[in-house]
Amino acid sequence: MPHHDSRATHGPAANHGPAANHGPAANHGPAPRRNFLAEALAILCGGLATLPPIAAGIWAFLDPLGRRGAAAKFLPVADIASVPDDGIPRQFAVVADRVDAWTGFAAEPIGAVYLRREKGAEKVEAISATCPHAGCFIEMDQVEKCFRCPCHNSRFTLSGGIVAPSPSPRAMDSLECEVDGKGSIAVKWQNFYTGIAEKKVKP
Amino acid sequence: MSDSPRRDSPQQSRPAGKAPGLLGGLADFLDDRTGYRAVVRAALYENVPGGARWRYVWGSCLVFAFLTQAITGLFLWASYSASSQTAWESVYYIQHEMSGGWLLRGIHHVMAQAMVVLLALHLMQVVIDGAYKAPREVNFWLGLVLMMLVLGMALTGYLLPWDQKGYWATRVATNLAGLVPLVGPAIQQLVVGGPDYGHHTLTRFFALHAGFLPATLVAMLVVHLALFRKHGLHAKQPITRPDAMFWPDQVLKDAVAMLAVMAVVLGVILLPAVRTMLAGGQVDWGHVGAELGAPADPSQPYAAARPEWYFLFLFQFLKVFEGWGASGEFFGAIVVPGIVMGLMFLMPIVGRWKLGHRFNVCFTLAILAGAGLLTAMALNEDYCGLWADKAALADVRKLLDETEGDPGKIAAALGNDAATIAAFEKRAKKLEKIRHSESFLAAARQAEADAERAVELAGRPGKIPPTGGLELVRRDAKTVGPRLFERHCASCHAHVDPAAPGAAEILAKSSAANLHGFGTARWLEGLFDPKQVAGPAYFGNTAHKEGEMVGYVTGEMADADEWKPEEIRAVVAAMAAEAGLAAADTPAELVSRGRGLIADGERCGSCHTFHEKADDSGEVEYGSAPDITRWGSKEWLVGIIADPTHARFYGESNDRMPSFGKGKDGGAAILTREQIELVADWLRGDWYRPAGH
Repeated sequence: MPHHDSRATHGPAANHGPAANHGPAANHGPAPRRNFLAEALAILCGGLATLPPIAAGIWAFLDPLGRRGAAAKFLPVADIASVPDDGIPRQFAVVADRVDAWTGFAAEPIGAVYLRREKGAEKVEAISATCPHAGCFIEMDQVEKCFRCPCHNSRFTLSGGIVAPSPSPRAMDSLECEVDGKGSIAVKWQNFYTGIAEKKVKP
Repeated sequence: MSDSPRRDSPQQSRPAGKAPGLLGGLADFLDDRTGYRAVVRAALYENVPGGARWRYVWGSCLVFAFLTQAITGLFLWASYSASSQTAWESVYYIQHEMSGGWLLRGIHHVMAQAMVVLLALHLMQVVIDGAYKAPREVNFWLGLVLMMLVLGMALTGYLLPWDQKGYWATRVATNLAGLVPLVGPAIQQLVVGGPDYGHHTLTRFFALHAGFLPATLVAMLVVHLALFRKHGLHAKQPITRPDAMFWPDQVLKDAVAMLAVMAVVLGVILLPAVRTMLAGGQVDWGHVGAELGAPADPSQPYAAARPEWYFLFLFQFLKVFEGWGASGEFFGAIVVPGIVMGLMFLMPIVGRWKLGHRFNVCFTLAILAGAGLLTAMALNEDYCGLWADKAALADVRKLLDETEGDPGKIAAALGNDAATIAAFEKRAKKLEKIRHSESFLAAARQAEADAERAVELAGRPGKIPPTGGLELVRRDAKTVGPRLFERHCASCHAHVDPAAPGAAEILAKSSAANLHGFGTARWLEGLFDPKQVAGPAYFGNTAHKEGEMVGYVTGEMADADEWKPEEIRAVVAAMAAEAGLAAADTPAELVSRGRGLIADGERCGSCHTFHEKADDSGEVEYGSAPDITRWGSKEWLVGIIADPTHARFYGESNDRMPSFGKGKDGGAAILTREQIELVADWLRGDWYRPAGH
């Protein structure tokens, strides 16, 4: 096949001259005319053929957008006896049934919460351990008697208030909290968007 | 590119006399800096000697099929998790819970099969047109390597869902790889990722399927296409029509063919759903597209194990060497395919001889025809039970049953006539084949039911436990109950709906009560029916045939003066209520009346204890017949299965039934507590049912 030498004469440049006269291929037709119908059809068919895999892929890839976390509900966290009324927060694990895609976990720790009571108070305050700045896990600084986020050094008072200057745009997130007649503390477990001044619940 | 960007200036490559628009300007800018127009031109303006033809589309279709697999594969990758506790589970999630997952998986699954067909067509076209000859030998060899890579991807992809089908097929394939001399066992262990199948089998197969093999394939494909362009298209001879350009003439034909391939793929996926829709049914999209079997279970045999259809010919070919032992398998799985591949690699050299090309064409067609024939044979062996005329062989079946297959007895029955015996043996072989097929079909149906059940269980509100879907199946009474019953109970007890066809035959063979519907009102009505109680469904085939219960039912209870029909109805209702299996609309007063009759010391209570209080030592003094407190409940059933010889049940009058929960002489029990519970749950029909069923 005499392709190597004839190729250079083809292509749009060939429009300008009778390319068929070049090279030894005797049965070359006339110079390629632009056949818009054929070109459009080729693009259309090729596009249509490639569409289903891409569409199916994107359809499945977007699946997480339609999913919502478990509805916020009150979860038993601790007994009131384990939260002395000394103003010092204590950390408790939040345990709940959790669904992770196909897996159902029964009674798994899903997060942590700080509980504290003011001196002589019956009321329990619950604060989420998730930093409102970037979502790190806030720790108690036993020496300085404050909360400190290990990631960017946001500091908070023991009641969760912001200590300026702080990378965190807002105070620690308080959670709704109930104590039943038997002294069992339940916390309404919620996640909030981080990095914004407003305390906004994640869906 | 020999053109320098300067020479190929925008002014020259744009049609003259037009000012560049915004897009044109951008294109000029890009071309100035990249020279892309020359590349595109080189790609599109290839001469096609003799003009575009449909027979040239297969290569492009294969590239398109690979592209489809790459796209769908990457998106599947975004949701797949390769481990033995998450592979089946994540594929279940893709198929049944993710939006569009069924379509994504369906396209990947069906296109993989289309690719094998396209490979065969491309190979045939290349061989028949003689396109493998000089100077294209290297490209032909590359093509063969590409073919093996595609088949390798098909083989490795089959395992990834980690279902029964893929698991058992892969075990066979890897065991065959172990037959290679010297290095076989090492290869097998490397591929499997250890001495046994598990996490690392999956991670390795996944890495092969989505990494090593496609990366190698892309590299080879680039060279394959470059060489194709270097030598130009090998035109079908003789050339009778004018040449044409690759773009748009051949591209249009290629694109139409690709669209047709995609249409076929979508058709295969959607046809069953469309049929359901046309019949007015509701389509369950999770069941459209690719199948998903039950989770892989090394402890559960899988008689329906077959390779994917395009490997069936190899599977059938191996049967030729049955009886040769391991050397036969080595010969059939490695030597012969190796020789065939070797001959294919030699085609360009063989083709130089005068008759070489003809030989190559005949050889290729013969291989394809042979593979087709073997595939047809394999399918016939598996499915002949569907269409074979079984009635014509009824006499053979009867004689075999009567003589228990003893050749001497058969010969005697046939009058010791050699010709008759030979004819009989031929027909007996035919029957054997049908029986084989029937057992395959039954296994396939069972596999389908197991798969269906596994999916049903995975869809429970509690989802799949962290230990995986297999755990769900293993703890499912509906799945495991019948297997345990078959293994441990069915040698005496029947479990057949008395109204089902052939039930009488099964009951006649049984030697203990029919436990189908045990605990329900229907079962109890039969028990208290004087015509049935001594029949094979109850005590007829047991030591209690002439026992007190049979005597009481056929005597006192048959006497309308002693037992009024509504009193028997009340006892039936009360007993079904004890089992917790009474119909929802059973009147409460009927149950309480029945309880009174049961407890009556002049009636049932004369032999049976019923809610008897324990004495001071905490023991219950049982009667001469089994205690029927909470009769038929899970607790009662577990108790009697575990130890029927306990005073609470049959005591010393127990007839043959083993104590399944009690080891002999301190040894291990026949069944674990959990297994007994599964049998009890199954007998009671107590298993998970999805809402709305």
